[in-house]
Amino acid sequence: MPAVPTDASAAITAHVWRHRYRAHEALPWAVALAAYFAFPNYLPLAAQTLATILFALSADLVLGYAGIVTLGQAAFFGTGAYTAGILAAHGWGEPLSGLLAAAVVAAAVGLLSGLIILRSSGLTLLMQTLVVAALLHEAANKASAITGGDDGLQGMQVWPIFGRFEFGLFGRTSFFYCLIVLFLCWLGVRRLVHSPFGRSLTGIRENVVRMHAIGAPVFVRRLVVYTISAGLAGISGALIAQTTGFVGLDSLSLERSGTVLIMLIIGGVGRLYGAFVGVPLYMVAQDRFSSIEPVYWYFWIGLLMVLLVSFARGGVLGLCDRLWRRARGRR
Amino acid sequence: MSAAAALETRRLSKSFGALTVANGIDFRLERGARQALIGPNGAGKTSFVNLVTGALAPDAGHIHLDGAEITALAQAARVKRGLVRTFQVTQLFRGLSVLENVTLAVCERRGIGGDMWRPVGRHREAVEEAYALLEPLGLAADAARPVATLAYGHQRLVEIAIALGLAPKVLLLDEPAAGVPSGETGRIIAAVESLPADIAALIIEHDIDLVFRLAQRITVLVQGRVLAEGAPEQIAADQAVRRVYLGERDRR
Repeated sequence: MPAVPTDASAAITAHVWRHRYRAHEALPWAVALAAYFAFPNYLPLAAQTLATILFALSADLVLGYAGIVTLGQAAFFGTGAYTAGILAAHGWGEPLSGLLAAAVVAAAVGLLSGLIILRSSGLTLLMQTLVVAALLHEAANKASAITGGDDGLQGMQVWPIFGRFEFGLFGRTSFFYCLIVLFLCWLGVRRLVHSPFGRSLTGIRENVVRMHAIGAPVFVRRLVVYTISAGLAGISGALIAQTTGFVGLDSLSLERSGTVLIMLIIGGVGRLYGAFVGVPLYMVAQDRFSSIEPVYWYFWIGLLMVLLVSFARGGVLGLCDRLWRRARGRR
Repeated sequence: MSAAAALETRRLSKSFGALTVANGIDFRLERGARQALIGPNGAGKTSFVNLVTGALAPDAGHIHLDGAEITALAQAARVKRGLVRTFQVTQLFRGLSVLENVTLAVCERRGIGGDMWRPVGRHREAVEEAYALLEPLGLAADAARPVATLAYGHQRLVEIAIALGLAPKVLLLDEPAAGVPSGETGRIIAAVESLPADIAALIIEHDIDLVFRLAQRITVLVQGRVLAEGAPEQIAADQAVRRVYLGERDRR
């Protein structure tokens, strides 16, 4: 681009080029690949982490960008997991089409529930997201003939990807499967948040009164992003179902909805990368704490949360941001 | 007066229980007019704005924009037709930059606000249009700054810039200088005075000096009814107006 050194072009240029890829955006992917070589015995855990990052990314889209506070994201995660799981348990183990089916069904649940609940906002909306997840949880519990109920879904047979790459014990296929799916979804989400649609979501979060006043169809925008986010959460659930070969009722639980928010808050909300930082941190912390303190490990997670919200609002990335600015200011 | 007015209301009424905020308001705003709507506190000025913009639904009456009935249209549809408002208390995207605040409005007007694929930066015309609106308002130097860090007077100007980004035919300015230190109202007045001539502007204002300076016509609203309407000198001479409104000011 031609560099015209005037203030006008500087302001416009900064704005116009904000969606450009920056070097540090390669970091999560470099770390993921490094982890593959560094910890070959932990690949199944790594694959789960990658799939959970996608789940947190889906939550970031609604919470961090559109400002929809939800405690029901597990509804879509679980829907996706059960969709892929039930297909694989009933003779259709092809993973990619299972993934697609999970996305479609979860997005449909997001669309239908969103049509009803997105008419409210704030605390009412929060309660309604909770209710949607609770209803699905109970429905899955009752429909034990299909879902296996409390015992979980048994007998999934997931076929090799493209008929070639089998999901083995060592989790290599799982790892790359999750990595590639996460990467593609991340590309899409990144594209979305930098688009006028994505910016208008931020506008809705910042000031919904003003968004109405500039003629934006606020309800439709929120419904669309809620549906997309539900689809992504569904893909995430399907990834975990297919790579672990099991779906339990906990995939629809309130705990899962809450945990993903905690992960996101640890990383930093509304930054696109909070999921990439928060999820691994949480999972490592959980692993460490639970080996030191098998019973009370949740206490340490809680303490970590309290410290984070007291001293590092904006999560780890928010903290990095401030330190970076301070360091730059000193120079 | 034969051509359709830019904005017209007929017998516009609205009550909340026993409280009547609009009591059969007949109102006309001509194309390109500079008109003011004044009235004591609680006269129903802001309710009138909310009724006209569609934030409130009237109990009875009609609203016409450029001769077309818009009474049943949603707020967003009215904005698309060129009916735009600013707010008495700034309603901005506080965490976003000045340029981005205006760009959001421009994107909605251009109908690209729902584009989910091309980055905002690829809609360069929209960003440049937004920037071009900042320059005459003296906001260009602040384009990249978050709105929340601006002085309140400047935030009021951003409020106007956003409205202009929507290419209004009718602009309702709800107390454009409210909360601005008196030393800084000059820039707001200049901004209102330099509005494009084809925009019909209705200034809802408390500050009488400002009203007499900016408006060619004045409508006085009292208890949800139009008490008087006319040129500033007529209004200033009107006994009923002096009693309910201007008299109040003298006592202050």
